[in-house]
Amino acid sequence: MTVYLLCFVLFLVGLYGVITRRNLIKIAISLSIMEFSIFLILVLIGYIDNGLAPIVDPGSNAQVYVDPLPQAMVLTAIVIGLATTAMLMAIAIRLYRKYKTFDIREIKNLRG
Amino acid sequence: MEGMSTIVKKVSQLVAGIIFMYGIYIILHGHLTPGGGFAGGAIIAGAFILLILAFGSSALNLKKEVAGSSNTESVAILMVVILAIMSLLMGIKVFFTNFLPKGEPGTLLSAGVIPLYNIFIGIEVAGAILTIFLALVIFKEESSK
Amino acid sequence: MDALIPLFVAIPLISAFLIIILGKLVKGFHRFLAPLTLLVLLIMALYEFTSLGGTSHTYAMGGWIGDGGFPVGIFLVLDGFSVLMLCIINLIGLVALFYSLSYIAKYTAEANYYALFCLIVAGMNGVVLSGDLFNLFVFLEVSVISSYALVAFGVGKTELEASFKYQVLGGLASMLILLAISLIYWKTKTVNIADIRNVLDAGYSKSFYVFVQVLLISGFGLKAAIIPFHAWLPDAHSSAPSPISAMLSGVLIKAVGIYVLIRLFFNMFVFSHEIAMVITSLGVISMVVGSLLALIQWDVKRLLAYSSISQMGYVVMAFGMGILLLLKGDNEPAAILAIGGGIYHMINHAVFKGLLFLNAGSLEYRLDTRNLKEMGGLSKAMPVTSTTSFMASMSISGIPPFNGFFSKLIIIVAAINGRFYLLATLAVIVSIITLAYFLKFQRFAFFNKAAGKAVQKIKEVPFPMSFSMIFLAVLCLALSLLAIPSVSETVLRPAIDVLIQFELYSTTLIGI
Repeated sequence: MTVYLLCFVLFLVGLYGVITRRNLIKIAISLSIMEFSIFLILVLIGYIDNGLAPIVDPGSNAQVYVDPLPQAMVLTAIVIGLATTAMLMAIAIRLYRKYKTFDIREIKNLRG
Repeated sequence: MEGMSTIVKKVSQLVAGIIFMYGIYIILHGHLTPGGGFAGGAIIAGAFILLILAFGSSALNLKKEVAGSSNTESVAILMVVILAIMSLLMGIKVFFTNFLPKGEPGTLLSAGVIPLYNIFIGIEVAGAILTIFLALVIFKEESSK
Repeated sequence: MDALIPLFVAIPLISAFLIIILGKLVKGFHRFLAPLTLLVLLIMALYEFTSLGGTSHTYAMGGWIGDGGFPVGIFLVLDGFSVLMLCIINLIGLVALFYSLSYIAKYTAEANYYALFCLIVAGMNGVVLSGDLFNLFVFLEVSVISSYALVAFGVGKTELEASFKYQVLGGLASMLILLAISLIYWKTKTVNIADIRNVLDAGYSKSFYVFVQVLLISGFGLKAAIIPFHAWLPDAHSSAPSPISAMLSGVLIKAVGIYVLIRLFFNMFVFSHEIAMVITSLGVISMVVGSLLALIQWDVKRLLAYSSISQMGYVVMAFGMGILLLLKGDNEPAAILAIGGGIYHMINHAVFKGLLFLNAGSLEYRLDTRNLKEMGGLSKAMPVTSTTSFMASMSISGIPPFNGFFSKLIIIVAAINGRFYLLATLAVIVSIITLAYFLKFQRFAFFNKAAGKAVQKIKEVPFPMSFSMIFLAVLCLALSLLAIPSVSETVLRPAIDVLIQFELYSTTLIGI
């Protein structure tokens, strides 16, 4: 149970960062932290005590394997996370070129 | 972006080849061991990124490189979709099915089409990560001018 | 098995990557391939629509069917509701793409635009067809990430800022959805929607699933911009290039937001009264507040964006009422009426909101401004834009004989039949407010005295743009036919049946 709580704490750390940071890059990093806390939860869900990596070797006899499906899902989610982070970075750099700053207090054209 | 010192250049030259081979190993054994297309592709892209960081982007024609890597990536992902469609046309007419002989479990040439998918996904991921990296480098160079 | 189903995702993917590779070599290749792709998809969707006839098809990817009622592979499900969504997505996509042929010519990197457009369509088709939660999440991200890029396509200050805001909130929404999916997997050990339903039927702990449902409502509510989660929508939808605004407002928020919410709450979860109340009240709040916020806008596209929030409120409210009535169980005709009205309004909204954004795009194309105060007197100069936008405005504010009138009427009648008198009154009032702000739009854009001197020189927009607007305007009138009972029996009834007979979804999928 503690592990899940620690994941949740990590999620809250990311959320705190997204809400309070003023720097575009730091916001992107906080989003990544949140993402990875959820990946951790997803991997932990598939974990079985004393389980082996889910590779069925023809020679080995039947043992306890951990659940492979969450691992596949986490890999896919990591790829998606990579794409999102890359998009965020590209937009952040473009914004930097327009405004010459990463500070969101100075980037506010859109209101209402 | 300027290159780094001679020590870094020399070491990265020595290491990059090994990293590259390791990535290929991970991709080829994707159906037998942990890893596969994504992990191996990321490692291969890492080898290239290491070299670019050590030698500096001024040694490269960035626009040409980014076009090349982006084309490689598109061709690779197209091959994945074409493989999936080939299985629709051959065999039992289902998307993504296996249409190759399965081979003996545990050997390198086994698991039907999965190694082929792994190879193309590996190329695709390597190309994509390299494209993203080069695009960000181009952005940075343009904004520092 | 129906071999056409996976092609709905595969064809746009292939053409997206072909455009990237060959677009640089062959000049004008993308302008030819992308509309062709969407045309093929639309024909396929219409073919499926006519051949389906109330049945449903499932397609096991890779032939992984599984045995003993335990599905292992990825399933694509095509039933009455999803085929209707497929038709709308590909229809609006085709029209918006045809419009882009001349609109987007002023931007650089045209090939990337068309490739991203194909990706967004591939993602939405995937979301609509997908039969398991995780696959749905992946397709959702495909379409949403390409929409992030398309919102920033103009690379101006406002576009980039809107895209950044959209990405942060969209990323938050994706995480909530992923968290909900992992929690569901934890409890049920499956991600297949039909299988989850079977597990839940065997008994479940209520408080846990209420938490999951709240997570899903917040996640997909963020994607669908229901009111407390709406902050990104006005910025993103008004900053995107206009054909993309039409896609985002017309289709994307429905396909990845409302459609998924409805699918999950009808076909996956067991109804509960609290959640139904939450959905209904969220719908009512966004309906009322969205229309009030739209009233004070002076930017054309912001006005339209807020009106999208308000109209989506109608749809969400209709489905919420449907769930409430089904839970009570004594008034099924009213529930069918409410759900049917919701689906009907969703289709109508896709058509007229798409058309309105295309109109706004035409204004921006000729005048280079989106501010209503700088327009005026354009009804002579731009007759096609003026007429079509008048038809769309009347349609969205519920004036007969346009389609919007009938769908709103059906929702209001359902509310009265189900004895939700307050909701019916609010729906009527919001409809009047809608009329007010669209009259403001009409007056200041087309009928007022000209604000600038340059109005005389303004010409009508080029043929591809005016043709797509006329096409959608005709569709606005034609969709009124759906109000005729015999027509709606064949068109809407299969979709309603999928939602009303919610057990059938799980039994047919497991039974293959």
